[in-house]
Amino acid sequence: MIAQPLTVLNTRRAPRPRLGVFKFASCDGCQLSLLDCEDELLAVADRVEIAFFREATRRPLEGSFDVSLVEGSVSAPEQEAEIRDVRARSRFLITLGACASHGGIQALRNFSRVDDALAIVYATPETISTLPSSRPASDYVHVDLELPGCPINKRQLLSVLAQMLSGGKPRIDQHALCLDCKRQNVVCVLVAHGSPCLGPVTSTGCGVLCPSYDRPCFSCFGPAPQPNTASLAERFQAIGLSADHIRRLFQMFYNQAPEFLEEARRHE
Amino acid sequence: MVNTSAVVMEKSELGNLIARLWAEGYTVVGPTLAQGAIVFDELRTADQLPIGWTDEQEPGSYRLKRRDDGAYFGYAVGPHSWKKYLFPARLTLFSIERTADSFAVHQGSTDVPRYAFLGVRSCDLHAIAVQDRTFLHGPYVDPHYERRRERAFIIAVQCGTAASTCFCASMNTGPRATQGFDLALTELPEAFVVEVGSERGGALLVGLNVRAANGEIEAAHQVTETTKRQMTRTLDTSDMPALLYENLDHARWDDVAGRCLSCTNCTMVCPTCFCHSVDEVPDLLGERSERVRQWDSCFNPELSHVAGGSTRPDIRARYRQWLTHKLASWIDQFGVSGCVGCGRCITWCPVGIDLTEEVAAIRGSDRA
Ligand code: SF4
Ligand code: SF4
Ligand code: SF4
Repeated sequence: MIAQPLTVLNTRRAPRPRLGVFKFASCDGCQLSLLDCEDELLAVADRVEIAFFREATRRPLEGSFDVSLVEGSVSAPEQEAEIRDVRARSRFLITLGACASHGGIQALRNFSRVDDALAIVYATPETISTLPSSRPASDYVHVDLELPGCPINKRQLLSVLAQMLSGGKPRIDQHALCLDCKRQNVVCVLVAHGSPCLGPVTSTGCGVLCPSYDRPCFSCFGPAPQPNTASLAERFQAIGLSADHIRRLFQMFYNQAPEFLEEARRHE
Repeated sequence: MVNTSAVVMEKSELGNLIARLWAEGYTVVGPTLAQGAIVFDELRTADQLPIGWTDEQEPGSYRLKRRDDGAYFGYAVGPHSWKKYLFPARLTLFSIERTADSFAVHQGSTDVPRYAFLGVRSCDLHAIAVQDRTFLHGPYVDPHYERRRERAFIIAVQCGTAASTCFCASMNTGPRATQGFDLALTELPEAFVVEVGSERGGALLVGLNVRAANGEIEAAHQVTETTKRQMTRTLDTSDMPALLYENLDHARWDDVAGRCLSCTNCTMVCPTCFCHSVDEVPDLLGERSERVRQWDSCFNPELSHVAGGSTRPDIRARYRQWLTHKLASWIDQFGVSGCVGCGRCITWCPVGIDLTEEVAAIRGSDRA
């Protein structure tokens, strides 16, 4: 299915586009980013009808949606049908965050046997029904746009909504984080302090949270396009990181991203 | 040779010079310590300068070190360049607002500071001249650059130390600054020799405590001579631009593509790189939209994305584009090299890729 932009330039006319917010296996952080929009939320509510959002309203799930925002990974058996149902009801499906696009932190369990993981975490593992792995929405349905981040950046979400509401095809920047460091005059922590920063292989979006505070990037926004992870890993080795340390760096928020999976494997 | 209209100024007088610039309406910016590096920021007083500090630079590495003297300018260039003021990283060009039956256009702010740049090195003077060609001397003049540039007061500093990454001598851009400044300081152990490069430079000195120079002029000359001898890195430009044009399929491009992260750092720190993107940023209510210009880079795959795909689809193509533009096609386009030998791209490349080495490798096995 090819998504159509929401051509609603003349917004004062009813009906407003219907927006749904759906939660799968997640910590709610991405939805909270939406609630955290506060001032802008009123503007959103003015332009779109928030037709389903369990975290914010009691309205029951019914009808179809012009835009659906999906948070969380598919992790439990019933969620496989749920994600298909959301897709069927939606013109434009946007995933929010690392869980929905790559399985998230909980996908670390994909590296072990699920029964072993259950036994460690739950007192009565036999009462838990779960899938063997944590999977992205795109394993089940077509996704129109994936917003990266753990959690997402609310500015990026608002920008996507604003672009759609102006009738444009939504796009988000995808360059390496380093570009933002330099635009914001942040001194490089890798060059100036020898900190193992993942910024060169990480997608923009966070607003340079960590390097602004002299901390290396942990790649909360996942791989940038065509990340040269091998060259960066070699640099990490040269500044004294162990293979195990390097493997762990690539096995964090985006542990299932193919480029990071592969790099981590090289340091096992 | 050192300008004969040079005078001598006690080091303690530098604070008065800074105060005088502020009093005349300038925003004084120059080197200061922040985040473990020597960066450019506003200077209200002379003691905000990195007095007694130096930098150790290597490919991919930068470290601050204490000096054993109290030198004011005893370091080379850092991660920032003056383009951050003349060609700001982010600029709202104009905005459009919906009105009852049409729309209104509001120009971006034209109220820009009058900058005084304190501590401009020779390579950076040349870099400013290179950007002048791009923004002022072509068929189109960039009004944003022009407004900032024509008002800027420039105080150069003659380099007393070179970093291991510097190669201005190869590019004929230093270490001695000979033009393009209002004033130029050479730091001697006890005082500054001040060369006057313009009328307004001379006017600024009136009333400051300076005296005629004698033997100091020769001492000042020796400062940059020593720096020149210190410089270890070289770039042979004798066969440019042909060398790169004739080696577009050289195996070295594959080799460097294996190391390059396409992270954009080299282009961001380069004082001559001018690429930018222009985006339309609408608000949620559909009432207003801003047109925003931001620094961008040939290493960002999106920069060369056109309908149907990217014209530089892999890192090899992007690195080759950067190096051939910088050192070769820049000459065809603007009549000068795009590189002034400041070495920033070498230091601030996270994996230490060194353009002088890449060129040497291509030359070493020419048309391999
Ligand atoms: S701090 Fe990290 S993200 Fe920023 S420029 Fe350096 S390597 Fe890139
Ligand atoms: S290419 Fe590198 S050395 Fe040359 S001017 Fe740019 S940053 Fe400086
Ligand atoms: S040459 Fe270095 S700084 Fe430039 S894009 Fe490649 S890795 Fe980044």
